[in-house]
Amino acid sequence: MTKVKSLDDLRKMRDDLQSKVNLREKSDHPEKMVQIKVSMATCGIASGAKETMNFLIEELDAQAIDTVVTQTGCMGYCYAEPTIEVTLPGEKPVVFGHVDLKKAAEIVEKYIKNGELVDGIIPVNYETVDEKNNE
Amino acid sequence: MKDLSMHILDIAQNSVRAKASLVQINIVERGEIFRIEVIDDGCGMSEETLKKVTDPFFTSRTTRKVGLGIPLIKQNAEQTGGFVKLDSKVGEGTRFKAEFGRYHIDRPPIGDLPGTMALLISGNTGLDFVFTYTNEQKSYSLDSREVKEILGDVDIRTPRVVSFLQEMINDNLIEIGVEF
Ligand SMILES: Nc1ncnc2c1ncn2[C@@H]1O[C@H](COP(=O)(O)OP(=O)(O)O)[C@@H](O)[C@H]1O
Ligand SMILES: [Mg+2]
Repeated sequence: MTKVKSLDDLRKMRDDLQSKVNLREKSDHPEKMVQIKVSMATCGIASGAKETMNFLIEELDAQAIDTVVTQTGCMGYCYAEPTIEVTLPGEKPVVFGHVDLKKAAEIVEKYIKNGELVDGIIPVNYETVDEKNNE
Repeated sequence: MKDLSMHILDIAQNSVRAKASLVQINIVERGEIFRIEVIDDGCGMSEETLKKVTDPFFTSRTTRKVGLGIPLIKQNAEQTGGFVKLDSKVGEGTRFKAEFGRYHIDRPPIGDLPGTMALLISGNTGLDFVFTYTNEQKSYSLDSREVKEILGDVDIRTPRVVSFLQEMINDNLIEIGVEF
């Protein structure tokens, strides 16, 4: 049987990670990283937003694209869940709807890697998705 | 919602939105009961709001007209002979409790709890989570503050950290006998 992982293993891993690329240094300069917010309101969760978020973290890591993936509240597009907001370095945020795993893969390949537009963009005219807009 | 993990993720988002700094998620599986508690120190709710939250046509959002999270879990809990209870105080926080009939045929499965907890912790860095799972005699607990302390200046959103947290929670829950 394999050993049950514990915080001690995390401690060991930390030393290893510290010597590698340090995400925090870069995320202090967010303009250099891809930023993704995944909407995690009821409709989003029910339509698979957690799987979408997990896929994006793993896929972008596998492709060595520095990205910060976080959760956000309701973006107000229940009809198009799961929705994500992608901000490429130096670009305006773009919101995509109906982001299942297939669409997420397409967004990585076309939009994030090559800046090409893909179907499913929701036209919005605000600065960035934030629960502030929602209270 | 297909499973309890999705409900937990959803209910915890209410605490995030209420600007909590600490969210405790307690799961207790004991005897005939499966209990989910989400306790936060966020903005809380007035008595008037509290009365309305189990109504699907109530939400304090302005982006849409319905709030479904609490009504959905309430309906699922009641279908298994359980209930939902909410206590809240403005400026102090909110205690959410849902009880399900543990062995009731309509009780949704637990689902991907390790993945849900890992993504909740890494996806909401501005606040902390204490996750505790208790069944019969055993218990497993994880405090995101402890994780962050160990990580030091390594970002908790680092993909390898996220997948580690997922595996660690999974290992430990299996170790105490949780059946997903
Ligand atoms: N933990 C909490 N702290 C403060 N307010 C809450 C909390 N949970 C729920 N509420 C209030 O109850 C409302 C309904 O919640 P919910 O059923 O989850 O729907 P929604 O989150 O979509 O509005 C929220 O809009 C909010 O005003
Ligand atoms: Mg909600």
